[in-house]
Order: sequence, then C-alpha cells, then structure tokens
Amino acid sequence: MMSKLLKNRYLILRRIVQITILALYFGANAYGWKVLVGNLSYSKFLQAIPLADPFTVLQMLAAGAVVGVDVLVGAVVIAVFYGLIGGRAFCSWVCPINMVTDLANWLRRKLKIDRDARRINISRRFRYWALGTLLVVSFVVGAAAYEFVNPIGFFVRGLLFSIGFGWTLILAIFLFDLLILKHGWCGYICPVGATYSLIGSKSLIRVEHNHLNCTNCGNCKEVCPEKQVLNPVIYRKSGFINGIECTNCGRCIEVCNDNALKFSIRSFLKNN
Amino acid sequence: MDKKRRSFLVVMAQAVAASAMGGSIVAAFVEENKDKPLTLRPPGALPEKDFIKTCIRCGLCAEACKNRDNPMIIDGEKMVTLKMGAPGDSVPIGTPYFIPRDVPCYMCDDIPCMNACPTGALTPDMCKNDEGKVAIDYAKMGVAVIDPKSCIAYWGLQCTACYRACPELDKAIRIEWKQNERTGKHAYRIPVVYEDYCTGCGMCEHACVTEKPAIKVFPRDVFLGKPGDRYVKGWDTKDQQRIKNASTKTTTETGRSKENPIEELNQGVKWNDE
Ligand code: SF4
Repeated sequence: MMSKLLKNRYLILRRIVQITILALYFGANAYGWKVLVGNLSYSKFLQAIPLADPFTVLQMLAAGAVVGVDVLVGAVVIAVFYGLIGGRAFCSWVCPINMVTDLANWLRRKLKIDRDARRINISRRFRYWALGTLLVVSFVVGAAAYEFVNPIGFFVRGLLFSIGFGWTLILAIFLFDLLILKHGWCGYICPVGATYSLIGSKSLIRVEHNHLNCTNCGNCKEVCPEKQVLNPVIYRKSGFINGIECTNCGRCIEVCNDNALKFSIRSFLKNN
Repeated sequence: MDKKRRSFLVVMAQAVAASAMGGSIVAAFVEENKDKPLTLRPPGALPEKDFIKTCIRCGLCAEACKNRDNPMIIDGEKMVTLKMGAPGDSVPIGTPYFIPRDVPCYMCDDIPCMNACPTGALTPDMCKNDEGKVAIDYAKMGVAVIDPKSCIAYWGLQCTACYRACPELDKAIRIEWKQNERTGKHAYRIPVVYEDYCTGCGMCEHACVTEKPAIKVFPRDVFLGKPGDRYVKGWDTKDQQRIKNASTKTTTETGRSKENPIEELNQGVKWNDE
C-alpha cells in the first residue's frame, strides 16, 4: 500500500494541487473564501497578488483591448513563475483538462486502443500554429478568440456557475484522446499548453536522466504524454530532459524501476 | 527544386492550410457568438464592442455579486443577479450578464461587481453623471420599455407594480393620469419610463404582474433611437450644442444625383435614329 502511494507520489500530489485550486475557486464563489478568487484566466491570490493567463492576455492585446494594470502584472507574475521555476507545469499540475485527458489516456492504455486504432498523423507542432493563428484571429475579430471555445474556461466556469452545453466539448476532448489521437488534445492542439511550453523553455526544474542506471525498459516512453522530449536522452546519454514540451508531470520518474530519472535543477544558462 | 526543399514547402503549406481552416471556423463562431445585442451587462460596462475585448471572463464581478454585503433573500434563497455566459445561453460565452425577470440588479450602493473588475471592462467611468460623480444611480445597464398592449394599466386596471418597484422612484417611472373614456368616471394611471433616469436594473420587469412582463429592459443601444443632426430642439440650448459639428450641406447626394437628370432618366434607352 505504502509503496503504491510512493510509486504514484507525483500523480497524487498533482491531483491534490489541481483539486485544491478548483476547490479554492469554488469556495471563493460559493462561500466567499478570499484565498484564490476568480478562475484560470484571471484570479486574485490572497486579495493582493494578481494572476493572469498569459495566452489570454496576449489575445486581448492582439484584439486591441486596453487592459488594466492588474491584468498585465498578473500575466507577468505567471510568466515569471513558470519561466523561472515550473516550466510547463501548468499543464500537468494545474489545468483541470489534464484530469480529463489523463483519464482518457489511461483508459486508452487499459483498453489497448493503440493495438488496433488507425494511425493519424499530425505534427506535434500544430499547437504552435494554433497559437499564432488564434492571435491573428483575435486581431481580426477584435476579441480574445480562443476564450470563446477554451475548454479550461468551460470547465472552471462550469464548476462555479453553469456549464451549459460546454460539457460536450469536454466530452469530445475525452473521446478524441481516447479513440482518435493518443495525448491528442494536450500534445498536439492546445494553444495554452503551447504558450506555457514557450514560456517555460528555460525553467530551472527539469527531469534528469541517469544513463548508467537505465535498463532500456521503455516504461518512461510508454507513459510520457510528450514522448518526443525523452527521445534525445533516453537510451542515449545522461542529462536533462530539455524538450520544452515536458510538463514536469513526473510520470516517467514514477514508472522508472531503476532509479534512472529524478527531478533536478538545471543551470539557467547552460542548457544541460 | 531539390526534394528536401520541396517537401519542406509542402509541409509548411499544409500547416498554413490547417491553420486557415481551424482559424476560420473559430473566427466564424466568435463572430456569431459575440454578436448578442440583447445581452444585459453589469453596471459600468464599456460599450459592448469594447467590453467583449476587455473582459477576461474571470467572474470576479459575479463572485462579488453573489457574496455582496446585503444580499436580497427571497423565500430563503439568496438572489444572485450576475451569471456567467455558458455555451447555449445566447450571450457571449464566459461573459457576465443578467436576466431581470429571473433576478434583477438590486443596485447596491457600493457597486461591488464594478469595483471587483480587474480589467476595466466594468469601470466607474461608465457609471457617473455629467458632473463626474460616480453612483449606482447613474448606471446605464439598459432601459425599460413598456408594451402598452399587454400592460394592464393601459386597459384601465389599477396596477403600478413597476412604479413601486423602481429604485429611482418617481423619476425613472412616473404615473400619468388620463380619463378613462370607456367608463367615463375612472382614470387610467399609466406608467411612463423616463430614460434619462432609468438605470436598466430591471426591478420593474421582475415585478410586472403579467404572465410575460409588459415592461422589459433592453440594452440602450438596442432600443434608443438617434435624431441625428437634422432635427434639433430650437428651444433648448443644450440640444443645440449637440449639433455643433453638424455638416451644413443641405442637398442629398447619392450615386444617382451625380449625373444630370436627363442622362439618368434616359439611361439604357436606345433612340431609333434611322
Ligand atoms: S470582473 Fe470584469 S473582467 Fe471579470 S468577468 Fe466581470 S466584467 Fe469580465
């Protein structure tokens, strides 16, 4: 039992963080708690520190909005936090859609969908095109375009207020990941994750690989949602997983039975 | 062109095509969804076009509305005015709005929703009078409009529900007396909206006794007209200010009037000259 908990320590921690954040938002709205008020596009922490989603703010700027100081400061606070420390950790430690897609991909493994499923080929880089396109669209239509369809917004507002037909999109993402494309939404499409990848590309916390301990079992590659970040290192050399799309979820560390992976602190200047 | 270069270009073109396709679907959806002119916004909202750009959809206004200091409680239930648009609500997704027939705006003196807004989508600038004084009484959320056909006061029945519900009592809605010629001995007591004072809170719509309210709040843009520069109240100096920059041209020019009338009338006519 204990060893099972230990084996899933990051997974459990991540769920605790994700659910705590949602609970704080929920409590703020339902009971007037003042810890974390708002939602993942903008919130106020301890009634003082503004937090804003950098991609949302970029879109607003592209749309030509005159945004308040709080919002700009909030976006900078978030960008600095993930840029310096967390990397793309938002995706696996905060984002509620991660729980949906993790469930879908866990089921996908359990049901062995990949054995029979048709392969679909899209580039992992599609998300960066989505990011750019949405900024252009925001400029053209004069509104933060992605915020009209952002499943993260649907999810959190759904929890606090009402979800309307928003659940259909969340279900669609679940089915997409389960049946169509493995790690499809977060790994290929979501422009929010793409933004955090870029922001966090130089962050300090990274997974480090020790080649000497590695037995080439492939467990990490099996479970990693962004396998391409492991490829340059695993089976090849010791070093940091520097791929910017690593979400620091720590799943690879947990499934490694040979103690060949761990969280570590990367030097800021050199990239390994 | 060598093969590598060609394949690079094709892959790029594919990415552009995929972006164009995805982008236009999103753009079409956004254009459709943001154009909901009947949406009633919280007090102090920017004009709709700017509001849509500026609101970050954080819900702090709705949260402030829900957890305000003096909530109205009816039948043990807290009345929460502001909702956040969800897909299917017929309002721009994620933005705050209210439906007065369900829950009107109770016009809190401290305007918690407006003061909670971090972006300036709700701003005191849009909630003040000509002297620059900010107060909820100067909110312009909408304007109440009466349908005389279904308003029972216009039938000659005694009502005044909207008049009594109005927080801008005897200013935004006033009762006008008129003789009821049908009976010859009764009076009509008819509610009339004075839009200058109407904040659009919707207390009247909420209070209206008819099955479907005979008085409803609409966004001001939707209902109010605009006389333009051609008409001015000659007896009102303030109104004369309004047309200060009017054009002095007195003739109408259209594409047609550019041509000489004979040419215009004879256009396309073939004269049989032989
Ligand atoms: S507080 Fe302001 S930015 Fe936030 S949802 Fe309300 S109007 Fe929009």
